[in-house]
Amino acid sequence: MTSMLERPSAPVGRLVDQFELGLDAPICLTWELTYACNLSCVHCLSSSGRRDPRELSTEQCKSIIDELQRMQVFYVNIGGGEPTVRSDFWELVDYATAHQVGVKFSTNGVKIDKKVAARLAASDYVDVQISLDGATAEVNDAVRGPGSFVMAVRALENLSEAGFKDAKISVVVTRHNVSQLDDFKALADKYGATLRITRLRPSGRGADVWDELHPTQAQQRELYNWLVANGEGVLTGDSFFHLSAYGDALPGLNLCGAGRVVCLIDPIGDVYACPFAIHEQFLAGNIVADGGFQQVWQTSELFQELRSPQTGGACSKCNHYDSCRGGCMAAKFFTGLPMDGPDPECVIGNGELALAAAGEIPKSSVDHSRTGQRRTPRAPVPLTLMVRPPAKICDENPLAGMDQT
Amino acid sequence: MSAPASASVAGNAGIDLDVGWKLHPQVALRPEPFGALLYHFGTRKLSFLKNRTIVAVVEALPSHADARSALRAQGIGDDTAAQYARALGTLAESHMIVPA
Repeated sequence: MTSMLERPSAPVGRLVDQFELGLDAPICLTWELTYACNLSCVHCLSSSGRRDPRELSTEQCKSIIDELQRMQVFYVNIGGGEPTVRSDFWELVDYATAHQVGVKFSTNGVKIDKKVAARLAASDYVDVQISLDGATAEVNDAVRGPGSFVMAVRALENLSEAGFKDAKISVVVTRHNVSQLDDFKALADKYGATLRITRLRPSGRGADVWDELHPTQAQQRELYNWLVANGEGVLTGDSFFHLSAYGDALPGLNLCGAGRVVCLIDPIGDVYACPFAIHEQFLAGNIVADGGFQQVWQTSELFQELRSPQTGGACSKCNHYDSCRGGCMAAKFFTGLPMDGPDPECVIGNGELALAAAGEIPKSSVDHSRTGQRRTPRAPVPLTLMVRPPAKICDENPLAGMDQT
Repeated sequence: MSAPASASVAGNAGIDLDVGWKLHPQVALRPEPFGALLYHFGTRKLSFLKNRTIVAVVEALPSHADARSALRAQGIGDDTAAQYARALGTLAESHMIVPA
């Protein structure tokens, strides 16, 4: 958010209040192109791994882009799974940028070789975000799998050498990497990139590891202080507004944008209020079945509900409600907390009290994790496995006949 | 959505009202009930116009020889022009509007 103009005529209310009532089109949205992924990160918000057979076709994706253009959605955050594994990935990126929809895509770096880096450096309106959850291989790979640190750093090197300006490094803040914030900043500076840190939510596979991985209260304080001291030039995905109750509000949009200014389009065309809320309860509709994205965004019952004035419940009595707005909807939902109560990481401590009395934790039926890989990040899976037939009918080894890359 | 906070613009004297202005060619303006969103595809910055009057002014800029005339056409006289000049100044600083 940049300029906030003065209001010379009748006050329209604060912008934040306007956003809570929703917009005619999202400001930006997250679009997960595929559930397929070569990695199996322990905290994956979309429980990715296996491609869904109902994945949208190239033509269906282009129709979505056409709609986004008509609605004047300025840019999309493309992710997944690992979006670059789609064979039509570049075709779709080019189509989007040729139709006034800017693209930022999130990747683990698997396909960002020198050739791809050069192509990216030459294109306008495409931003790249490399995911990394540790400033060292030891911390990173414990969450993202062996070899993933090296893969991400190689991508950053390639981008930097090719002259790509201002890649993003996106870090999910955990108990084990809070102490590495300065190191992440240094890494970003080294490659001419911008650091983006974002909040861990108990969503997707994140639910399984949230208790061990989410920052402690003390670490949250540390994080807040770090953002205040070093946050200029660090992006946060507007995900730390719950920390604003510590003091001055952090820059950015301090409210939950789900269904109001942002939403998720998933690989099979389902529209959810937020990428951290992939669960029936937050499913607004389907692009193919419900008449297209604009229809769903503007008329779905779920979104109308989210855009109606929210009471804030118990939180609205708190002094800090104005800065934290009750926190993150997904964080509450996936820890079994009620929507009209405190965030599980409420900095005042109300969340901890509430967790003691929390209900059952809802499980999403949407799970594309590879079998047996929900809690252990395995080594990256070579992607060509997905289309290549076995070398011999009786060959059990899936790597038979393949070059080891 | 993540946009870095910008530095404060205290001391902004406003744009020169006696020259012509227009939206930067890489900027898209999207009307909303409260006003409008502005997005600069080059800098990737997002801005907000918080009332319909300022939106009308910005949209009218290219069809007037100078900004002052565009303001007058929206019923904004010289007495209130200064605050609009400052608001437009903020837009100029983030390259949302440029001299025509």
